[in-house]
Amino acid sequence: MSASNPVISASNLKKYYPVKQSGFFKKDILLKALDGASFDIEPGKTLAVVGESGCGKSTLARLVTMIEQPTSGEFDIAGINAVTSGKAQKRTLRSKVQIVFQDPYGSLNPRKKVGDILEEPLIINTSLSRSQRREKALAIMEKVGLTPEQYSRYPHMFSGGQRQRIAVARALMLNPALVIADEPVSALDVSVQAQALNLLMDLQEEMNLAYLFISHDLSVVRLISHEVMVMYLGRVVEQGEKNTIFDKPLHPYTMALLAATPHVNIKSRQKRIRLSGELPSPLNPPPGCTFHRRCAYMSDICRQVAPESRRLENRMVACHHAEKMSTAPSESKIQKGLVKNLVDKGAQDENAI
Amino acid sequence: MNQAIVIKEKNIPITENETVPPHPLKEFWKYFSENRGAVIGLYFIAGAILCAIFADIIAPHSPFNQYRSAILQPPFWMEGGNTEFILGTDDVGRDILSRLIFGARLSLFVGVIVVTLSLAAGIILGVTAGYFGGFYETVVMRLMDIMLALPSLLLAMAIVAILGPSLQNAILAIAIVVLPHYVRLTRASIIAEKNKDYVTASRVSGAGPLRMMFNVLLPNCMAPLIVQATLGFSAAILDAAALGFLGMGAQPPTPEWGAMLANSLQFIQRAWWVVTFPGVAILLTVLAFNLAGDGLRDALDPKMKR
Repeated sequence: MSASNPVISASNLKKYYPVKQSGFFKKDILLKALDGASFDIEPGKTLAVVGESGCGKSTLARLVTMIEQPTSGEFDIAGINAVTSGKAQKRTLRSKVQIVFQDPYGSLNPRKKVGDILEEPLIINTSLSRSQRREKALAIMEKVGLTPEQYSRYPHMFSGGQRQRIAVARALMLNPALVIADEPVSALDVSVQAQALNLLMDLQEEMNLAYLFISHDLSVVRLISHEVMVMYLGRVVEQGEKNTIFDKPLHPYTMALLAATPHVNIKSRQKRIRLSGELPSPLNPPPGCTFHRRCAYMSDICRQVAPESRRLENRMVACHHAEKMSTAPSESKIQKGLVKNLVDKGAQDENAI
Repeated sequence: MNQAIVIKEKNIPITENETVPPHPLKEFWKYFSENRGAVIGLYFIAGAILCAIFADIIAPHSPFNQYRSAILQPPFWMEGGNTEFILGTDDVGRDILSRLIFGARLSLFVGVIVVTLSLAAGIILGVTAGYFGGFYETVVMRLMDIMLALPSLLLAMAIVAILGPSLQNAILAIAIVVLPHYVRLTRASIIAEKNKDYVTASRVSGAGPLRMMFNVLLPNCMAPLIVQATLGFSAAILDAAALGFLGMGAQPPTPEWGAMLANSLQFIQRAWWVVTFPGVAILLTVLAFNLAGDGLRDALDPKMKR
């Protein structure tokens, strides 16, 4: 089963938004919210998308759920091209991709009862009778751990964790192949997070679901994902199997992210790599490698040439110096690199003045 | 131990209550009746509606019958009054109570028609403007702004002056004049709701524009609209009375409250009851609708339920 065709296969997805400038004669500028993402997800697998806020994670989710059209690039869902296909085909594709949102308080219609929320996708997409829909909704409710009495309650009567269960149940109503989880646990209490994650993993096993799991919590990603995609400012910087990336990151940004994960066990704690500076504005990204102003290994080429994503040690990585990382990514070197970077930065600032 | 048992017993009805949700209407009444003002308002409205329906039976006299022997007779508790004309008579000897009872018919009719017309048109325009946006929205909203820029009564008078003075035209004019309020309110709520996640979720499951607008979004925008509608009810009654007062609404001898007020203005010094009772009727009806509207909003909002 696992070696079957991918549920979704995306190549070079891009989404640019025109942004109006203040001022009468200024031209609109393009905000590159997502600048080239390619990935495959097989049934029963989870691809985790990781990155800071504003790196294009949610844009990716909006593209894959077909809420928005990509500016360029293509993706297939279950072998059907989702960008160019016609209306009728899109309708069938819609039922294959469903989404679970971050905030369970905003994602459920407060005017509808749980049963109505769950049955809405069925009303739209199927011609089941009222009693059949009810039966199906109750079956899914049981699957996600809700009781039949809760069928006719309003969302405001539930806690955050239960609401997220309802949201998951709604996503499963149409038997989707792919579920997009847009930070599904980050709005929940830590104790409830574990429950929600276990639920998601159990359902994956049971229904052979593929997940596109968007998160900024690396410990959650480590638990749930099979593959990881690290994004920075709309670009994919590193992408590969979970263990390859977590064991030996090759992109400086991935390293910094991993080093920032809190650990309970003191021994497994890493030295923090402090990134200097802010996330640059996506309206005015730095030339060359978008990460170069915050990078410890920055050199001249990084300022001028944007690195292409290339295959190295079983993963895709977009960094000019990835080979150097792979040979000796010791902490001392990182620290040294950081110092060097700061010195460089100082010199740069002086030049700028 | 004893205490624990007591608590357990207390718990039993609560859990039963949870498993079997109460009938929606029962639930609604429970929340609505917590607001005493709203209940009083509702009773008053119910009374007014009954008066309007059974006016022929309740009213002691015909609203048009002129009792020449009893012109400007005071209410029964005053000197010179008698119980034949409980609230006295007007300047041509018509029984004021009967005219007020028949007037309730007209006022409620005006309110219902105006609110229905403007609410229906306002919701359709507002929802589509908020949902589709773009050029269409700009056109609709600027048009509403232009209508708002003119004083409402003046605009209503202008419309009535064009169409000719009659109650139907007054109703139409008032419905047009209050339209911008509904459109703006609907559009604003739609825009506020449009970007919430549950709307996106419905879109992901493939909901079409009609379903999105009227099934997903509109129910979440109804609370302010219900309040506006009940306020609009009273405003419509008031505006119709104002137009009647100016001679542009109901024409004499129709027993319309505003027209009654206008026709008897010159007797305000001599016979206060001729002016006061239609005024009090307008005041109480408007107040009742406002109170009931407030209660309705609280009772219909699931977020305010515990």
